[in-house]
Amino acid sequence: MITSLQPIQIILLIFLFFAISRVYLQAQKGTLSWGEGMFWTSLFTIAVVGVIDPGFTTYLAQQLGIGRGADIVLYFSIVLLFYLIFRTNVYLEDLRHDITQLVREIALLKDDSNHPPTKKKTK
Amino acid sequence: MKLLIVVPAFNEAPVIVQTIKEIQIATSSLPHTYILVIDDCSRDNTYQLAQSTKVQVLRHVINRGLGGALGTGLAYARKHDFDYLITIDADGQHDPQDIHKLLLPLTKNRADVVIGSRTISTKGKIPLDRVILNYLSNLFTRIMYGVYSTDSQSGFRAFNRQAIHHITIKTQRMEVSSEIFSDIKTHQLRLAERPIKVIYTDYSRAKGQPNSNAISIIIKSILRLFR
Repeated sequence: MITSLQPIQIILLIFLFFAISRVYLQAQKGTLSWGEGMFWTSLFTIAVVGVIDPGFTTYLAQQLGIGRGADIVLYFSIVLLFYLIFRTNVYLEDLRHDITQLVREIALLKDDSNHPPTKKKTK
Repeated sequence: MKLLIVVPAFNEAPVIVQTIKEIQIATSSLPHTYILVIDDCSRDNTYQLAQSTKVQVLRHVINRGLGGALGTGLAYARKHDFDYLITIDADGQHDPQDIHKLLLPLTKNRADVVIGSRTISTKGKIPLDRVILNYLSNLFTRIMYGVYSTDSQSGFRAFNRQAIHHITIKTQRMEVSSEIFSDIKTHQLRLAERPIKVIYTDYSRAKGQPNSNAISIIIKSILRLFR
């Protein structure tokens, strides 16, 4: 119940509602896709439920065969963080590749095309 | 026969002119041979020195690593319709006289890609740490790409027109050496190896990839699979 919220719960709720508002704004601006917006909104909403009613995480934990509610949050967070780091690395590699393509195009634009004959040699 | 010799160079001012001259001497008997230096945004005067030798020099405006430079060499070869392409290190680690050995399987149409292998060579000695690193790299290349090479990290390679057309490089840095084997497998290119002279100077050892790079190369090669 809201009236019995501990200070830490209030702090976490403020942060989570702030995060949801950022997701909404980023989705509106088009920085986040519709799918990504839904993913992050769902994630933060589940976190809001977990903060308001810690018994909810305990219930989920028991359903999955994990002892405590805090453990399921920890396990899930670790898996999610690893996945996001992986995705970020892949994204960075793609960015590096794009930069290389750009640098290559610039180098080839400055190529003195008369240096090697471009005409195909007849056999 | 139109041959392009690609020399990727990064901060190679002390040796670049000598390397180019040696390549020019070694290939003087080969008509229609062109040398292309790709200066990967060197901080020294590699670019100016290479230009002074009157060979073609392209410059990357941002450093993109060995893979980036080789990719530019391949793009240049496609643009100008070359029949063969040879890559050779700028640091004097390779003997340009071996170019003829690498070309032969291509001109005889016995291979699409030829690797200049240091490990099957009888000339020169490879330092022990490099022997171990090469062995692990070869093993990794075999596991990842299903192709076995006795020197997967060699920078001395030759490609024919088919290989020039099919090999597209996605990685930027040293992991390119393993990546080439991925394209060899995918496009079923014929691979051959020829022994090359082993030259390790203090300069080339200092310039070469440090052994600690191996982990980074493995991680980047794995990430490439997900792109």
